[in-house]
Amino acid sequence: MDLSSINWLLLLASLMVAATPILLAGIGELVVERSGVLNLGVEGMMITGAISGFAISVNTGSVTLGFVSAALAGAALSLVFGLLTQFLLSNQVATGLALTLFGLGLSSLMGQGYVGIKGLNVPDLHLPLLSDIPILGPIFFQHDAMVYISILIVAGVWAMLKYTRAGLILRAVGENHDAAHALGYKVIRIRLMAIAFGGACAGLGGAYLSLVRVPQWTEGMTAGAGWIALALVVFASWKPWRVLIGAYLFGGLTVLQLNLQAAGMKIPVEYLAMSPYLITILVLVIMSSGRGRAALNAPAELGRSFHATA
Amino acid sequence: MNFKSLLAGTALALGLAGAAAAQDPVKAGFIFVGPVGDGGWTFEHNEARLAVEEHFGDKVETVYQENVPEGADAERAMTQMALGGADIIFTTSFGYMDPTINVAAKFPDVKFEHATGFKRADNVSTYSARFYEGRAVQGTIAGMMTKTNKVGYIGSYPIPEVIRGINSAYVHAKKVNPDIEFSVIWAYTWFDPAKEADAAKALIEQGADVVLQHTDSTAPHAAAQEAGDVIAFGQASDMAEYGPMPRVSSIIDNWAPYYIDRVQAVMDGTWESMDTWDGIGPGMVKIGEITDAVPEEVKAAALEMRDAIAAGDYHPFTGPINKQDGSAWLAEGEVADDGTLAGMNFYVEGLTGEIPQ
Repeated sequence: MDLSSINWLLLLASLMVAATPILLAGIGELVVERSGVLNLGVEGMMITGAISGFAISVNTGSVTLGFVSAALAGAALSLVFGLLTQFLLSNQVATGLALTLFGLGLSSLMGQGYVGIKGLNVPDLHLPLLSDIPILGPIFFQHDAMVYISILIVAGVWAMLKYTRAGLILRAVGENHDAAHALGYKVIRIRLMAIAFGGACAGLGGAYLSLVRVPQWTEGMTAGAGWIALALVVFASWKPWRVLIGAYLFGGLTVLQLNLQAAGMKIPVEYLAMSPYLITILVLVIMSSGRGRAALNAPAELGRSFHATA
Repeated sequence: MNFKSLLAGTALALGLAGAAAAQDPVKAGFIFVGPVGDGGWTFEHNEARLAVEEHFGDKVETVYQENVPEGADAERAMTQMALGGADIIFTTSFGYMDPTINVAAKFPDVKFEHATGFKRADNVSTYSARFYEGRAVQGTIAGMMTKTNKVGYIGSYPIPEVIRGINSAYVHAKKVNPDIEFSVIWAYTWFDPAKEADAAKALIEQGADVVLQHTDSTAPHAAAQEAGDVIAFGQASDMAEYGPMPRVSSIIDNWAPYYIDRVQAVMDGTWESMDTWDGIGPGMVKIGEITDAVPEEVKAAALEMRDAIAAGDYHPFTGPINKQDGSAWLAEGEVADDGTLAGMNFYVEGLTGEIPQ
């Protein structure tokens, strides 16, 4: 094994790129879950966002339009889930799984004409001054805009949840929907907005794969990223900044595994591939030991349907 | 209606049904490991399926199922296809080997064709192409064109077919460039564009300026293109849309003649279990156009290699070649036998790293 052959600067830089899709999908799902809804359809919304973004960007020549339409497509698909679970009171777990299967099928249908087409080049931003800082510059400040937008979204979600009235209401709906309803908040409407936001973020995450990271369209290209995003939210114990840390950790493991292999280290890749899930389980065990469910920080109404009786 | 006329009627009906069956088109089924639009391996198998349809017209009916996982689920897909009336089923990935044998035992009247495997039965044939012949050409180009002397190789699974390719590419790169080094990444997938792109990036970041792949998507090409001065080769399919740079050449699988042959044999009733392993000579492996990004003398050397292999004058595994641990494998002038090649589970001398078990 020759660890010196790994370029750690480039490794850290590519870690940020590898983490962005799950970071986006994860922060969206966090908002959904904080409102008390469990949407397991992240994978389906991601891949729908991936093909929508790719198709639009190829046809219009604009990456920005691609991302916008990916967010819209993800939100639209998530509202199907919202309609079923919030108005028709279907089971959230089953509906979410169905959404994933539906999204995978829909995307491959939509993508029929886009297989094998080359995507557009997304320019890296070279932030003046910052990107010239030795060591830190190449790692943090020479990426495409979406990397920074995703971090801004995390910061925005954090500030919203912690400091604003809207965040307080969202959390109230997630912790006790009956009480929130009694106070006059529109539980269903608030949850629908959260679901749409989650869908939009998942769509962006998918589009990041098809527009920047790969960049081309192939069926099934999200390859389980949506499930990692779901694990990520639990790992982060529903806290925004921990989603960021978790995403870089999980993204880092993928990149590190490949680099270790290329450097000739004898390591069973299966262990690294399963490590995100193992870490999530471990965190769950540690957090839930002793101090009870409250310590887990899980929204109390997570996965429960709301039906106004009065 | 008395009993006799009932019998006669039944016999007549049976006879008619028999006659109708004889006119039925032959039904050929295909099990694909990836989507038909992967632009690589499955794409080429599907092209061959279309060629079968074109060749036979109304006399044949084809069905296919894509994205069939290797393993137990493949058995379900094959069983379904056999129950659906398929006369011959092509299972087009190494991991379908045991499922194919299992399902074939249950349907003795259905013919099975398993690609790249080595288990046969009375109604199971195997077929593969000598991709390693194409790898020899790639290795030559890679060895002559690399500036960093580092070649990155994205492997799918550590199975003989893939290891053979790595060995062949290495032997020939080493021949033209003694300083060459290979880094191998096992992706453990045939098709996962995000992972393949990441693997290519990791290799490029560690200094590789040639990326060889034994996975099916074009994602490594996109990564090579983004990185700039890196060359890559089309795998299974031409992948010409990435030429002239980074894609400088390719290995193209040409299954159509074989598939047409075998479907014809089913029609004629002459189908027999056999093993086919063809290379550049018979045309099962083709070398895609070598682009202008390749210097003239490199291109000439590559073409010379291709023609020598096609003519049968040169075998890519000709001694002296030692195994990785330094023990002798092939003596001077000795040529590898097909048995060893089919089960190849060792690296040749000079390759670093270990094959995962």
